[in-house]
Amino acid sequence: MQFLSKRLEYLFGSTKGLILVAIAMVGIVTAVWGMLSGPMAEIGVREVVVNALGMDMLQAEREGRIIILYHSIAMAIVAIETYMVTSLLKMKPFFKTAINATITAGYILTMIFGLSFAYFGHNWAFHGLYIFGLSLIFFAGVLLVIALWPWNKEYKFSPLPEGRGAGGEGEYSRTKKGLSLERVAFFATALTTVISALFGAIPGSFFGNGFESFLAENIIRLPEKTTMEYSIIGHLHIMLALIGIMLTLIIGRWLNFKGIWHKIAMPLMILGTIVLNLGVWGVVTPLEPVAHMVIYVGATPSMLAALFLLIWSWGKLMREGTANLTKPTFGKKISALLRDPLKFGPTWQMLFMNFTTSGIGIFMAIRLDEIFRVWPAREERIELTGHWHVLSAIIATIILLYYGDMINLKGKIRQWYGWSLIVLSDLAFAAVTIFEMKRLFISEAVQQPLVNLLMYLMDFGLAMLLLLLAIVLVWRLVDLFKAKGRWTEEVNHELSQEVLK
Amino acid sequence: MRNVFLTLRRRSVLALGLVAVLLASCAPVDLYAPISTFETGVDPNTWAQVPEGEFYFGQHEDIASTAAYEIMVTDVTVTQYADFLNAALADGSVKVVDGEIQGYYPGDEFRGVKHEEEIAAGDWAFIPLDDPSQRIQFDGSAFSAQPDYTNHPMTMVSWFGAWGYCDYYGYRLPSEMEWEKAARGTDERPFPWGEEIARENANFYASRDPFEDMGSYGSRTSPVGFYNGQKYGDYQTLDSTSPYGLYDMAGNVWQWTGDVYEGMHYRFLRGGSKDTYDMDLRLWVSNNATPMYVSPGVGFRCVQGQ
Repeated sequence: MQFLSKRLEYLFGSTKGLILVAIAMVGIVTAVWGMLSGPMAEIGVREVVVNALGMDMLQAEREGRIIILYHSIAMAIVAIETYMVTSLLKMKPFFKTAINATITAGYILTMIFGLSFAYFGHNWAFHGLYIFGLSLIFFAGVLLVIALWPWNKEYKFSPLPEGRGAGGEGEYSRTKKGLSLERVAFFATALTTVISALFGAIPGSFFGNGFESFLAENIIRLPEKTTMEYSIIGHLHIMLALIGIMLTLIIGRWLNFKGIWHKIAMPLMILGTIVLNLGVWGVVTPLEPVAHMVIYVGATPSMLAALFLLIWSWGKLMREGTANLTKPTFGKKISALLRDPLKFGPTWQMLFMNFTTSGIGIFMAIRLDEIFRVWPAREERIELTGHWHVLSAIIATIILLYYGDMINLKGKIRQWYGWSLIVLSDLAFAAVTIFEMKRLFISEAVQQPLVNLLMYLMDFGLAMLLLLLAIVLVWRLVDLFKAKGRWTEEVNHELSQEVLK
Repeated sequence: MRNVFLTLRRRSVLALGLVAVLLASCAPVDLYAPISTFETGVDPNTWAQVPEGEFYFGQHEDIASTAAYEIMVTDVTVTQYADFLNAALADGSVKVVDGEIQGYYPGDEFRGVKHEEEIAAGDWAFIPLDDPSQRIQFDGSAFSAQPDYTNHPMTMVSWFGAWGYCDYYGYRLPSEMEWEKAARGTDERPFPWGEEIARENANFYASRDPFEDMGSYGSRTSPVGFYNGQKYGDYQTLDSTSPYGLYDMAGNVWQWTGDVYEGMHYRFLRGGSKDTYDMDLRLWVSNNATPMYVSPGVGFRCVQGQ
């Protein structure tokens, strides 16, 4: 009994255990449900999976199923980020416990009962539990906002000038009165996430009442959309953006982002987050015609802040890696930069995102009528869905890179894990990007060989990634059976203790 | 040393295998690769009667109604379109200009809505003649269908070309409602034949029909009315007609519909195609494109009456 209770205490009572459980849940869902679409469906794997698991899928209900699937995965990711925030930032123990417990119950209920309802017959009690799970996550979000309140004296730095040098406090972005702008950025992101959730919840209730589920990518090009439809479109865009922003802040905290770049980046992050949200919320107001412009204005400072994190962290990696050399050459600096894939990887993935998502998105926006809207809507849909699948997956890889460091991978295993994650995912994402943009350089009639090649690359990259994750998860499972496994070291560790010096 | 050598050899074989797969997937596509020819026994000149009355429209099953009309049982075939072009060229209704067939379209009202483009009255391209995917041949004086494609749906035809064909014979393109009612009947089915889809119901992406080879040229059109329950060689089809007896209302080619919506120049397509997944063959799924768009996966059929 003690054997079990200790393991459960680790898995559901410690930050690293909670993160492990959520990663495992997402990994399993991704692996199983990934076999229901794309090339797996063509080669007949979908039928095998559906029959083996006894899934009950009606064609007419596809949109609703997919919405529940997206939410099931996204809520687990939101939970992982929340665990990271509650472990990295100072907050009252009560809040930490309450938030983690609530969000854990929330995402597990959402995932298990949501998927059970959507894919295994329609038990409406399950649907109720799915909604209850989502509500718990919302409530955990409200608690997180309260816990992060940055004007609380305990979380402030010493006022200037005393605080300038004390404990390096002066190296972080702050106001004269000691307000931590990094904490404000976390707070703003959490607060706007909670508010933006309503933009999905309210129309969700409205459409759900008549079971009128729809996918946003299917109503592109319609010149007139209802307020509720705009709200859904705004919701899905901003939630993914906020997950990305929160992760950028988390990575910054882990790497101990500071100095002049931090001082510039944090105000930009706060400004970007607020303006971006105002733009998205504006789609349901008469400001809708200018909402896109506001969104661009908001996205720019947020992306600049991420760029500053990259510049600072790469500079630090190069400086630290060549500290023993009096005049390091360019090659030595690059070698130092690439020495640790787990520290280099997160910001590299952020940079790579510009080629696969942000760059493509901007290109599409500025050449929409000249290029993309000359193509049929289905082509545009491929770009849209590919675009945000890649963005979601990039977020997942950044989490996994941080997780690799969290579980203290060392030596060759650290190298293999880190570089495999980076190379395999970037290979897949590059293939997806070329697939999305293929109509720029190849016609429908002759595309099949290229499509096949890109599919091989995508599937190879993603399948190997999942295999890598499976190996890690099996290793962690085996570790749980050991009396003095790694889990015993992790059970009391907080991420704040592992923030880099 | 021997182990190192073996490891290297294994890695080389793996790498070579990967390169071979990649190179094989880069082979050029032969658009004129031989295609199986089958007689389906379905006459493309037949029409089906659709009575007036209510039906379930769209994914969310709104109640809508139409007047009575007649609709072609199959898509317009390559042969039918070639016959049209011969007649229309002879009486001056269409002309050959710069490698394409052009015909007159009276234009749409332009409202200047965001993203809307003006479709003015004038000559517009019906079909390109110089595109390698075009299945109509022109010898300088007459049009004909490529021999193996005579009973295949006419493709590589713009919305103007579809509109022009129907208009020439006094028909018209179906509205989205008419199209969906003809495909769905009066119940809530998602596919013309019923609730679920099997590979033998329709020509869709990777449906393993006799006309596709996903390893090389990909998917190709099937003859109109192919999915009628007949066995063609070793390939057994399922009878996949709609409640009103229409063929190919799901898969094979997207079909242009006739609605011109206020504030947008896009035209809507229905039915999914040989290039789309089964989910896009659900009856309420729509696609849209500019009226100038042509594709090897887009065709049409006409309606008359009302």
